[in-house]
Amino acid sequence: MLTLTNLSFRADQHEIISNITASFPEGSFTVITGPNGGGKSTLARLIMGIEQPTAGTIHWNGTDITKFSISERSKLKIGYAFQQPPRFKGMSVKKLLTLAHGKPLTHEQCCEYLSAVGLCANDYLDRDVDQSLSGGEVKRIEIATLLARDLELAIFDEPEAGIDLWSFAKLVETFQQLHQNKKISILLISHQERIMKMADEIVVIENGKIAKRGARDEILPNLMQDFSACEFKK
Amino acid sequence: MQETDKALLAQIAGIRGFQPGTAFNLRQNGAGVERHSTQNVQIVNKSDQPGIDIHISSNTSGEEVHIPVILTQSGMNDLVYNDFYVGEGANVKIIAGCGIHNDGCDTSQHDGIHTFHIGKNARVTYIEKHYGEGEGSGKRILNPTTVIYMEEGSYLELDTVQIKGVDSTKRTTECYLQAEAKLMISERLMTHGKQSAISDVKVELNGVNSSVRIVSRSVGKEGSVQVFHPIAVGNERCRAHIQCDSILMDQAKISSIPEITANHVDAQIVHEAAIGKINSEQLIKLETFGLSEEEAEAVIIEGFLK
Ligand SMILES: Nc1ncnc2c1ncn2[C@@H]1O[C@H](COP(=O)(O)OP(=O)(O)OP(=O)(O)O)[C@@H](O)[C@H]1O
Ligand SMILES: [Mg+2]
Repeated sequence: MLTLTNLSFRADQHEIISNITASFPEGSFTVITGPNGGGKSTLARLIMGIEQPTAGTIHWNGTDITKFSISERSKLKIGYAFQQPPRFKGMSVKKLLTLAHGKPLTHEQCCEYLSAVGLCANDYLDRDVDQSLSGGEVKRIEIATLLARDLELAIFDEPEAGIDLWSFAKLVETFQQLHQNKKISILLISHQERIMKMADEIVVIENGKIAKRGARDEILPNLMQDFSACEFKK
Repeated sequence: MQETDKALLAQIAGIRGFQPGTAFNLRQNGAGVERHSTQNVQIVNKSDQPGIDIHISSNTSGEEVHIPVILTQSGMNDLVYNDFYVGEGANVKIIAGCGIHNDGCDTSQHDGIHTFHIGKNARVTYIEKHYGEGEGSGKRILNPTTVIYMEEGSYLELDTVQIKGVDSTKRTTECYLQAEAKLMISERLMTHGKQSAISDVKVELNGVNSSVRIVSRSVGKEGSVQVFHPIAVGNERCRAHIQCDSILMDQAKISSIPEITANHVDAQIVHEAAIGKINSEQLIKLETFGLSEEEAEAVIIEGFLK
């Protein structure tokens, strides 16, 4: 169970995350959505320890992890797939997956993780995760690195962005399978209706606050009506 | 050969001694100590200067030539001239390199002057690794000069690596390319402590459709200093692409000073350089896998210099 209590984050005089309190039980699948710039990625980065909150606490399975480093949180089985994954010169896909896994991987395991995101291992394992890969390829490898880990909290930041139709279908299947493992909690940031339809719960974040939260069938039908472009700007 | 000599050889050349079937010349502390020629690769002493001439017959195919140098005596100052004559259509791999083990307090220095005459349509891979070790306070200095003449349609891949233990190095490389000649230079360098490394590379593209690609990757740590000075001159329809990429850490200083000249309307010459510290998102990404910051740094640098 992940619990956020009065969590806030300020940068450059702006309150980017503003007093968020919420918890996410074990095995839950929550989609976080909301307007661009609302604070979704910032919230994910706070949970992973990439940013430090200016106020509030984060508890994970009863432990206060607010002051924990990124790698300490990683050891508590928390993982985050970046919205914009970095590229690495001279880092092969295989090496990256192995680092994520934390120990050597067999060829079969690599194939399993890559095919779950619609990539063929034979074409990609030895390629470097550098500028030579397309945006969608880098994104899918990023998701595969989370699959290669043994996680209890997996945060995906717009995993569908830039992904083609065929791989998207494969991804939806992969997330469904992941959700069947009841030990893992999934926080998935997305703007895609098809993805929201998989969620147990939907959280809408706007202006650094939780604007709405509820069961999928309660939130999804009215999602569009509740927002107007002008309101975003207030 | 002593065990330490073999270990040094393994560091620079990946071998622990002569490999039957290859040409081999080992120079230790200023003198040739072991030599093997093959039918196609003849290694002979120079008559007027210290060093050797290496004659590779036309159309030699798939042979390896090892010419390692090791310095194990503190205070040694070694100057050597090696001239390579690669015959038309030959296809060979040359593995050079210099390892210094200095346990003393005097400076050990090796200045190797290599000249390549690469015949028409010959293909050569030249690998040169520099490495220094030893407990002494004596400096380890390497100043290699490489002069390359490439005839029509020839191809040379020049890989140089210096990752550890060399206090000071000044590398000078000069290349003259005739028509359709193709040169690929790859340079890998890491400096630390108070080390300094200077690399001057000059490429003259004198023949139609000649081309060069230089890829330089370096990491500067602690108080070390690196200066790159790539020069490309296009005198005919030709292509040159120079790419210098450096990671800067601690108080290190790195400069890249390109000089590119086009003397022909169809000369296409590009220089790209980037110097900066390790991208923080890369570090963060690896930390989310459970690596410490130091481990993440080491992994990024290892890949970068791969
Ligand atoms: N470290 C920071 N310093 C200053 N501003 C920041 C910082 N981090 C985020 N912001 C700002 O906070 C706001 C929220 O950014 P965030 O990336 O969390 O939005 P998002 O909801 O993920 O948007 P999108 O849907 O476009 O991905 C943006 O206006 C952004 O510019
Ligand atoms: Mg975002």
